[in-house]
Amino acid sequence: MAFRHKNTRRIEGLDSNVWVEFTKVAADPSIVNLGQGLPDISPPSYVKDELAKAAAVDRLNQYTRGFGHPSLVKALSQVYERVCGRKIDPLTDILVTVGAYGSLFSTIQALIEEGDEVIIIEPFYDCYEPMVKMAGAKPVFIPLRYVNKFNSKTKAIILNTPHNPIGKVFTREELQVIADLCIKHDTLCISDEVYEWLVYKGNKHIKIATLPGMWERTITIGSAGKTYSVTGWKLGWSIGPQNLIKHLQVVHQNTLYTCPTPLQEALAQAFWLDYKRMDDPDCYFYSLSRELESKRDRMAQLLQEAGLKPVIPDGGYFMIVDVSTLNVDLSDVHEKQPYDYKFVKWMITSKKLSAIPLSAFCGPETKRQFEKYIRFCFIKKDSTLDAAEVILKNWNKQTA
Amino acid sequence: MLRRAGPSLRHFLLERKSSAGYSSYSSEAKMSRPVQARRLEGIDKNIWVEFVKLAATYSKVNLGQGFPDFPPPDFLKEAFVRALSGENHMLHQYTRAFGHPPLVKILAQFFGKLLGRDLDPMTNVMVTVGAYQALFCCFQAFVDEGDEVIIIEPFFDCYEPMVKMAGGMPVFVPLRPKAPKDGKLMSSADWQLDPAELVSKFNERTKAIVLNSPNNPLGKVFSRGELELIANLCVKHDTLCISDEVYEWLVYDGKEHIRIASLQGMWDRTVIIGSAGKTFSATGWKVGWTVGPNRLLQHLRTVHQNSVYHCATVAQEAVAQGFQRELELYGKPESYFVQLPKELQQKRDWLVQSLDAVGMKPIIPEGTYFLVADISEFKSDVPDVPDSDEPYDSRFAKWMVKNKGLATIPLSAFYCGAHKNNYNHFIRFCFAKEEATLKAANDILQKWKLERTSP
Repeated sequence: MAFRHKNTRRIEGLDSNVWVEFTKVAADPSIVNLGQGLPDISPPSYVKDELAKAAAVDRLNQYTRGFGHPSLVKALSQVYERVCGRKIDPLTDILVTVGAYGSLFSTIQALIEEGDEVIIIEPFYDCYEPMVKMAGAKPVFIPLRYVNKFNSKTKAIILNTPHNPIGKVFTREELQVIADLCIKHDTLCISDEVYEWLVYKGNKHIKIATLPGMWERTITIGSAGKTYSVTGWKLGWSIGPQNLIKHLQVVHQNTLYTCPTPLQEALAQAFWLDYKRMDDPDCYFYSLSRELESKRDRMAQLLQEAGLKPVIPDGGYFMIVDVSTLNVDLSDVHEKQPYDYKFVKWMITSKKLSAIPLSAFCGPETKRQFEKYIRFCFIKKDSTLDAAEVILKNWNKQTA
Repeated sequence: MLRRAGPSLRHFLLERKSSAGYSSYSSEAKMSRPVQARRLEGIDKNIWVEFVKLAATYSKVNLGQGFPDFPPPDFLKEAFVRALSGENHMLHQYTRAFGHPPLVKILAQFFGKLLGRDLDPMTNVMVTVGAYQALFCCFQAFVDEGDEVIIIEPFFDCYEPMVKMAGGMPVFVPLRPKAPKDGKLMSSADWQLDPAELVSKFNERTKAIVLNSPNNPLGKVFSRGELELIANLCVKHDTLCISDEVYEWLVYDGKEHIRIASLQGMWDRTVIIGSAGKTFSATGWKVGWTVGPNRLLQHLRTVHQNSVYHCATVAQEAVAQGFQRELELYGKPESYFVQLPKELQQKRDWLVQSLDAVGMKPIIPEGTYFLVADISEFKSDVPDVPDSDEPYDSRFAKWMVKNKGLATIPLSAFYCGAHKNNYNHFIRFCFAKEEATLKAANDILQKWKLERTSP
C-alpha cells in the first residue's frame, strides 16, 4: 500500500521560514552577522552565576510547577505590579512559556480559531502570520498608520511595541486609538512587549493593558531572552486576567507541560536583584538600554557614512535601511524572490555582512512596498560593529 | 462576544487624536460565545494539577509524580556548569532551532548504532522541550479532524487530550491482566493485549497508534512477539507509530528493550521519542528528541518552528556531552545506562517487598521506575461509596496522602473517562527515590499494618 501520510491541514503551507533560510547562510563565522536578533554581548555575570547556583541544588534539576516555577512567577508579579500599578496574582495571572514565542503560540491556540480574524500591523514579527493560520484563522494585515479593519469577526489584534523590525514605540495616543477599537468591537489584544525595557531617550514604553478597559482583554507577553540578553534560555511569560490566562494554561498543560527548572530559578533570582534596584539607574533594565542607545547611534552613523538613510528606531535593537541608493543590480539573479532577499544573499556572499530582508516581515500585499529595505541588528559587541564599519567604509571600493 | 457593526470608524488615522463621544459598548458586554477556542473543549482537566497540590500540602513521603529525588549524575551536572560558565558565552543565545548541532550529531550517532542505520543529524533527529513537546508535535503534524489514534490502556495521560486537541478521536484498547502462576506475584508481563481485540481497532480512519514501551504506569516491556503484532497491523493498514520510549534504559531482570522501528517495515512509519529527563535523571531540564525518517520529521519541524521554535541551549550542550560519555562507555559497567537500571532494580525489589509485607499486591514492573499495586485489601480503611463519580482508587489515594502522608497516583488516572472504573483498585508508586525515602515509605506502611491488625 502506498504511504499516504502527509502533513495535517493546519500546517499546510507553513513549512518555509525566513530564519531557517538565513541563519544557515549566515552561520559561517567569517560573516559579520547583523541578521538574526541575538546578542553577541555577554549576559550580565550575575545572571550566569544564578544559573550555576540553581543547577547545584538537586531538586532544581527536576520538574517544577507546570504554569511557572513559584519563585519566578512571584518575582514577575512583583516587577509587573510595580510597572502596571495593579495587583497581579502570580498563580492565576501569569503563565511561563518557552520564550515569548511560546507565549504567542499558547495565546493564539487558546483564544483563536477558525472563523476568527486577527489584525496584524505590518511590518510584523514573522511568526504572527503562520501562528494565526495554524489556528485556522485569517490574518488581516494593516499598515502601521491605518487601523480600519476591525469588524464583527475580529477576535484579536496583535500589537508589538517596541516594534520589531521598525523600532517604533507606540505613543499613548496611538495605543488609545487601538484600545478604543478593541473596546468598541470587544476584541482581544495580544501585546508583544519583549523589547519593553529597550526604549531610547525621549520615548516611554506604555503598556496597553494599563489603559482603561484594556486589562480584561489583553495578554501582555515578555521575554527573558530580550530582558537579560539570554535568548538561548527560551523563557517568556504571558500576563493577563485570570479568565484569559486560564485558557493559555490549558494549552500549556497539553503542549509541553512545564518549562526548565534551573533556568526559571536563575531568572527569578536575577529579577529579584533588579527589582530591588528599580529606582537605581544601574538596574540592568535601564543600563542595557543606555548601552544599546550608543550602539544604535553608532550603527546609524556607519550607515549614513555609507550613503544610506537608516530609519532611526525609538526602541528595540533593530534598524532598517533602504538600500536602493546603493543601486545594486540583481536582475541577473533568476530566483523568484523579492529584491531584498536577493540583496541580502548577495551581500552575505560578496560583502561578508548579513542582515534580514524586510519583506520577510510583510504580508503578501505589502511585500513590494518594503522590498528595498533590510534589517540590521545592533545588539553586538564593539568588535562586531568595528568589523561592520570596515565593510561599510569599503563598500564602494570593491566592484560589485 | 457580542459583535455588531457600530458607527463607522473607517479612515481613522493613527495620527488623529481619538475623539471622545462615539457610542461604544460597555466593557461588561456579555459574550455570546466563549472566549476560548473549541480545541480546548474537554481537555482542561488535568490529574497532575490536583495530585501535585495534594502531595505538596500533605505528603511526608512523595512516591507520586514521576521524578527522581536523587540528583543527575555528576558528569552531567559538571557539563552543565561548564556550558554556562565557559568562554563561549554564545551558549546563552539561540542555537539551531531543530537541535543544537553537538546534540543532534551525538544522538544520530548513538541511535544510529542502536538501530543499525546511518542517521543524518539534520534530518533524522529533532530536539524538543521534553518528550512531552515531541508528542505534541507528532499529533499536531499528523492528526487531522476525524483521524483515529489507537491508545493502549493504561496510558500516560497526556496522549488523550493531545489527540483531542488535534481534532482526532482516541480509540482505546486495554492491556488485560492474566492471573499469575500460583503463589507468584503478578508481573507487568501478565498484562497483555488481546490480539483479536487489537485487530478490531484498526480501520481506514486509523492514523496512528501510540506505543509506550517500557510502559508508564505498569512498567510493561513489550516483547518481540507483541511488537510484531503491532507492527504487522501498522504495515497492513499503513498506520503511523508514535513510539514513546522515554524509559528505554530502565529495563530489569536482563530484559531487552526492543525498538519497534527496527522491525520490518517500521522505520519509515515510526517516530521514536526519547527524553534526557528520564535518561539522565534530570526531568527539570526538559530536553527531549524525536528520531525518524525525514519524510515524517519534516512535518514535526514545521510544527516546532511555528510553536516554540528553539529549545534552551545550555542544557542541550550538557546533554550532548553526557551522551558523548555514554557512547564511549557503552555496555561497560561504568556506563550510567548500566548503573542506573541496576540501582533502580534494587529499589524496585525493595519496594515490592515493602508492599507485599503489608498486604498491598505489587505488580512487578519489567521496566520504568513505576510500580502499580492492588490495594483491594485496604478497602476496609476507605469504604466504597456507591454512586460516587470519583473512581475508588482516586478517593483512596487522596485519603492515603491526607491521613498517612504517603503520596501516590491512582491507576484510573491512566484510563479514559469511560474506563476509569475498570481497574479502580490500583495505585502507582514511583521508586526513583533515595533509600531514605523508600525506608520512610516502608515505615508508614508498617505502622499502618500494625494499626490494622492490632486488636
